[in-house]
Parts: sequence; C-alpha cells; structure tokens
Amino acid sequence: MSVFSTIISRITCILALVLVTVGPAFSKAEEASSVSEPFQPSEVILHHVLDDHIWHFWDGHFGTLYLPVIVHSAERGLEVFSSKNFYDEHHNLVSFNGYTLDHGHITLNGQPVFDISITKNVAMLFINTALLIGLFLAAAKSAARNTGKAPKGVQAFLEPIVVFVRDEIVKPNIGHHYEKYLPYLLTLFFFILFGNLLGLLPGAGNLTGNIAVTMTLAVFTFIITNVSGNKDYWKHIFWTPGVPLPLRIVILPVEIVGVFTKPFSLMIRLFVAITAGHIVLLSLISLAFIFQSVTVGLVSSLIVLFINLIELLVAGIQAYVFTLFTSLYIGMAIAEHEHH
Amino acid sequence: MELLTPGTGLIIWQSLIFLLLVLLLSRYAWKPILNSLKERETSIQNALDTAEKARLEMAKLQSDNEKLLKETREERDKILKEAREASNRLKDEAQIDARKSADKIIEDARAAIQIEKQAALKEVRTQVALFSLEVAEKLMKKNLSTDKAQKEQVEQYIKDLKLN
Repeated sequence: MSVFSTIISRITCILALVLVTVGPAFSKAEEASSVSEPFQPSEVILHHVLDDHIWHFWDGHFGTLYLPVIVHSAERGLEVFSSKNFYDEHHNLVSFNGYTLDHGHITLNGQPVFDISITKNVAMLFINTALLIGLFLAAAKSAARNTGKAPKGVQAFLEPIVVFVRDEIVKPNIGHHYEKYLPYLLTLFFFILFGNLLGLLPGAGNLTGNIAVTMTLAVFTFIITNVSGNKDYWKHIFWTPGVPLPLRIVILPVEIVGVFTKPFSLMIRLFVAITAGHIVLLSLISLAFIFQSVTVGLVSSLIVLFINLIELLVAGIQAYVFTLFTSLYIGMAIAEHEHH
Repeated sequence: MELLTPGTGLIIWQSLIFLLLVLLLSRYAWKPILNSLKERETSIQNALDTAEKARLEMAKLQSDNEKLLKETREERDKILKEAREASNRLKDEAQIDARKSADKIIEDARAAIQIEKQAALKEVRTQVALFSLEVAEKLMKKNLSTDKAQKEQVEQYIKDLKLN
C-alpha cells in the first residue's frame, strides 16, 4: 500500500509540475525569445519529439545529462566516450577525435558509423524497463507470499490490470491456447502503457512515440504471428478456399500484402498517436511564446491541461489497442477453421 | 524526415532489452502472478461449489427430515388407531365375560334357591305330617265325649295351628 501511494503521489507531483512549468524544453525557448531571436516552434517541438545524444532538461549548469556515445566503425573499432565531447562550453557542436555529430547522426571523417549510443530514448528504455521489473517483481513477490489470500499493495494495484489484459484482451481473441502468448502480450501491454505514461512527464524522452521502438514491437508481433501460424492460416493466404479460381489469383497478392500491413499498421498507429499527442501539447504551449502574451498563455495552459488528461487516456488506449490487435492477429493465425 | 527514419541503435537496444524483459518478466513476474490468480480463482470457485453443494445437502436433509416426520406421524396415528381398537376389543370382551359370569352366578343362585326351596318344602311337608300326627295323637289321647266337644277340640287345634 505504501509503495502504491508513494508512486501515486510522485506521479501527481510530476503531473502538477508538467502543468505548472510548461516543460523544460521551453526554458530554452524562453531564453531564445529574450535575446530577441525569432522563436522557432517546429524546431523546439521536433527537438522534444526526436531522439538525442544528450538529455537536455534546462539551460545552464547541470541542466544537461551527457549520455555515453558508443560507436563502431571498421576503421576504429568500438569506441565509447561521453557526448559532452561534442559540445563546447557555449553548447555549440564541435567535432571530437574525427567524429562529427550532425542532426543526431554521427560520422567519422564523413563516413557513417554504426551508432549504438545510449541516447535519450535508450535511457528512457532503461528507465521504463527498470520500472517494469521493479514493480512486477514486487507484485510477483507479494503474489507468492499471499498465495490464497487477498492481494496487497503493488500486487493489488497491478493485478486487476493483469486480469483485464488476460480476460478482456487476450482470452477472447486468441482462444484456448492463449496461455502461451500471455507473457509476451502482458509485457507488451505494460511496456507500452508505462512508456506512454513516462513519455508524458516533463523532460522525458518520447520512447513509445519513436518509430524505431514501435517498429521493433511490431516486428516481434509479426514474427510471433507468422511463426505460430497454422496450416489453415497459410492456406487462407495462398489459396483462399471457397473463392472462385480467377478471384484467388487476385486475392493472393492482397493477402500477402496483408501479412505485412498488419504489423505496419501497429507500428504507425502507436507512433502517430503518441507523437501527435506530444506535438499538439507542445504546439499549444508554443502559442504563448509565439504571441508573447500572458492571456494566450493562460488559455493555452487550460487547453493543455485538458489535452494532457486526454493524453493519459490515449496512453491507456494505445497500449490496449496494440495488445488487442496483436492478440487478434495471433488468434487469426492459430484459429482452427471450419472448412467452408 | 528524421522523425520517420528509425535509428539503428535504438532498434538494437529496444530488441535486446524488450526480449530480455519478456524473458525476465515471464519467469519471475507473470508466472507467479498468473499462478496466484489462477489459484485464487480456483479456490473461489471451489468455495462457491462447496457452498452450493452444502446448500443442496441441507435441502435434501430438510426434505429427509420432513419425510421422516411424516412417516413418524403416520406411524403414531397407526399405533394410536391400533391401541384404540385393542382397547375397544378388550372392553367388549370384558363386558361379554362379565355378562357371562353374571348369568352364571344368577343361574347358580337360581339352582341353589330351587334346591333350598325343595328342601324347605320337604321340611314343611315333614313338619306338616308331624303336626298332623301330633294333632291326631292329641285327638286320640283326649277322650272325646261329645261330638261337640270333639268339634271344639278340633277347631281349637286348628285355631292353634293357624296361630302357628
């Protein structure tokens, strides 16, 4: 119970923070406008939405977390150094040791390198993972201790969501063999849910709104769906039964394209929903800086408050939808068809 | 556009971490949580089933009780009826016996009276004969002088006799 209330109070604190201070990304914008440079909302917004090699919270001392850069090139092999080396004391980009950072891409003497740096989103990924592991191991421990008793603490908070995912999403869509896929789908659901919620925190990276992340998740779903696909599934794709022969030839490419559009839609949906939400929030906040007016700021803050609540809803809905469609695709792939 | 091009590094990290996360959580989180959920569901279902079974048993027991009560009541009625019949029969028998014995007593009494009567009559007859003899003797003994005197004498005796 105490863990739960601490988490809730922390979340509330942070939410209050995001609503009161309009997000650290804008301290920079504020400064920019004070030195009478024209305010560039699209740049600011993209800066927030995109991945980065540094984690910028606010201007000035200790406002930026310089993340480690890990690069591999044929010429130099594997090299690890701080991203601080790319910035001088005025926060301007400089070359380091032959490496150049430009728009998030690192090149070595003009040649692209294999970049596996701990970027802002990778750091977010670590935080998200750590949070998931911490919460669910605590819940599991409590579950093991309270076997046959009423759930307590974190367990009582998370268990209803687990039951919801199991009974409302996975079971009706997959059917009898749902238990095999349940661990993946539960992990997927909570990963997306917590990623979405963490992404709403001020200064947080846009993890689940990053196309690399959604693509990876969609590819996992794609692999699981097609690996578990049974004879009927493939038969329906390559030689759809119950359809006249000329139509089968037309249906064949459509079905094959369908195999790929399913995970593609998953990838795009999550990416767009989360990124669009962030862009809307930031655009509304930017209005205050574009008009340089307190009144506009107040009104847009109110709207931002409203949109923020919607974003909380979207965070849950997108986690639900991704898991729902994944279950649906798996269910379709393993369904035992009655022959027509 | 940068927004739409997935970064290689992030893909690698995401794949690796997510895969590890799935494996780790499957083993150390989902398994105990799902097991405990299932166990709780089974135990709740069992408890409900047991309650239902107990309810049915109770109802059965109650109906059994009622049946038993009904049977007992019937048994009691039957016993009472039999007892009543037996008592009636006994009463009747007793009455008949009593009447029989009364009749017999009366009969005996009648017979005894008859015998007594006979004996009495016999006695009377003997007495009368004796008296007659006595009268005759006295008549004989007295010198009957006259017919008048004899007549008086006889009348006197008869008078005496009457007085007796």
